[in-house]
This record gives sequence, C-alpha cells and structure tokens, in this order.
Amino acid sequence: MIDQDFTDSLLEKFSSVSLRHHDDCLTLDCEPNAIVEFLSHLRDEETFDLLVDLTGIDHGQKAEVRYTVVIHLYSRIHRNYLRVHSPAVNNESPEFPSVESVFPAANWHEREAFDMFGITFSGHPNLKRILMWDEYPYFPLRKDFPLAGIDVPLPAEDVVEVTDASVEPAPMMGGPFVSSGDGMMSDSEPRAKDESWTEQAEKPV
Amino acid sequence: MSLNEVAYNGKVEGDVIVTKADAVINWIRKHSVWPMPMGLACCAIELMAAAASRYDISRFGMEVMRFSPRQSDCMIVAGTVTYKMAEVVRRIYDQMGDPKWVVAMGACASTGGMYRSYAVMQGVDTIVPVDVYVSGCPPRPEALLDAMIKLQDKISDESSVSNLKRSPETAMVN
Repeated sequence: MIDQDFTDSLLEKFSSVSLRHHDDCLTLDCEPNAIVEFLSHLRDEETFDLLVDLTGIDHGQKAEVRYTVVIHLYSRIHRNYLRVHSPAVNNESPEFPSVESVFPAANWHEREAFDMFGITFSGHPNLKRILMWDEYPYFPLRKDFPLAGIDVPLPAEDVVEVTDASVEPAPMMGGPFVSSGDGMMSDSEPRAKDESWTEQAEKPV
Repeated sequence: MSLNEVAYNGKVEGDVIVTKADAVINWIRKHSVWPMPMGLACCAIELMAAAASRYDISRFGMEVMRFSPRQSDCMIVAGTVTYKMAEVVRRIYDQMGDPKWVVAMGACASTGGMYRSYAVMQGVDTIVPVDVYVSGCPPRPEALLDAMIKLQDKISDESSVSNLKRSPETAMVN
C-alpha cells in the first residue's frame, strides 16, 4: 500500500530523498549521488522492480538547475507508479550517475537522454547516440536548439557527393504545425499556428 | 497507315507486326513494374493494402514486390525519410538496376509532411529523382494505384532505347 506510512518510512531511511509536489503518483526528489542506492532499495525491498521510463528535462538556460533526470518505476505488487526526480550536476555539461547497474532496461533510455539532452551518464557501458547519427554535433531537445534544426552535413560523404544534399533547417512557414484537436477532422488537420509569416515573407511588425 | 501507328493491322500486315522498338519495350516495361517497397512509416501499411486482394495491384502487373533492390525497378518510398535513413534510401536506389523509377508515396516522402523538424528530410527528391508524387497522409490504396498508372503512362512515353541506361546527370532531378 502506498500511503503516508510508506512515504514516511522511505523519507526516514534516506536523508537525501525528499517529497515533491505531485498530483498523480508519489513523486520524490533524490540527490544524484544517492540515486543508485535508492533505486536498488526500491527494487529489492519495496517491489518497484519495473523501470517504466527514464528521461531528462531541460528547464531552460536561466534555470538554477538546468537538467533533471526523471525516472518512473512501477510495482506489480502495489499496482502503482513511483516517480523520482533528480538534478543533473553541472549546467554546462550535465552529468548523472548511470542506473544501468540497477535496471538494465535503463541502458537505451540513458542513451536517448544523452542523445537528446547531452546528459552524460557516468558508468554507462555504451554511452553513444541512439536516435541521431554518431557525428551529429547538437542535442536537439535542449531549449536553445531550434525546432527547425541547424545546417550540418549529411553523415554519408559519397551520397553528398552525388546528391549535394545536406541537413537543412526545415521550413517552418509559420509553424510549428499543430492540430487544434477538436472540431471536424477537416478543420483540425495540423496547420501552421501563425500563418502571418513564412521563411520568404517576414512577419509584419 | 501512318508511320506513328503502332497497332497491328491484320489487313495490311498479315502475319507480320510492324512497330517501333520503343513501343514494344515500353509496353513490356509498363506492364511488369517490379516495385521495391521502401516502407518507412504508416504509408507502408497502405502499400500493403494496395497489394492485398481488395485493391489488388496485380491487376496492373505490379504485384511482384521485391525486397532486394537488385530485382526491382520502381522504388516506392512509403513514409517519413529521416536524415539518418536518407543515406540508406540513396544506397538502395543506387543498387537498383537501370532503368528505374521512384514513387514518393504520401506527404512525408514528398515534402517532409507534418514533420517540419531537425530530423526529417523535407522530401525524398533531395536525394533521389522522383517520378510520381502521391498526396495523402497516408494516401488511400486507390491513390497509389492511380500514381502507378500515371507511372505506366510515363514509362510508355519514354524513349526507351536511349533510356537503357540513364546517366546519373539526367537521372537527378535537381
């Protein structure tokens, strides 16, 4: 049962863990240097043995702690979720201890968080990009990365030689393209949010 | 009988058929297009539907889908082409024997579709010469069949003898 007693006993056992405001499942803050120990305890003693998700959050350039790692666990005994937030050390080149030793499933999740946010998971056995290609120079889900992308060369030199193609910023044309989500399907198809400007015609001031 | 007439006229020709090499070659080619299903996203599901019994692409002689580029001559790019995948698409295109055609199926393959993002190539025509574009997200099987019939029309107008091997310069659209 996840109740007040359960939470209190956890907080009592771990001085580096604190309660975080939540509206759904129990959410805790944990210091990064205690995360491996805390997750091991949750897995072995509290039956939270299923890693549902591990990802990062970028709170923006101005945030005091810019990157946070969020971990979702599930217990088949409690039939409930538990969320752990933990700040990544260093805003410039964020670092976080790998939890792959506790949950092998975290391997690819950590690679994705590295790929998208540039969070280095120390102790990860194979920390390389998983979605973008290896030579890609940016971390696309960071707040300072434009959605349209940045001009970089295509990874295959022989293809570039024949086609002269490169990775170009996508034309946003008043985008991003989003669906209003309601009304008739013909009216709610994804379209540009602000059609008053395009790449060719600047937005009127 | 005019010189351009390619049909068989029994009264004039008897047992002999007089025609042009281009007409015969194109007629053969357009009725045995071997597609290479480059299924990259949900469009591939509609491509499968077009091949299944209800829509039955074999009515047009295109049912021989080959997963080897060596055995196919029409690449149907069905789905979102990411920059990471673009290299692979081009390599497979290069491995197909001449003559070869490309159909960009759906919004993503044609223009990038709704994916205006850092990861998605804005139209597969950036890296391969596209012959027919199909609109839709995804297009219905009928739309794909229509595109394939348009491709047949295009093949029948080609100058096949000189097209035995298209040079890379003319093969590239841009």
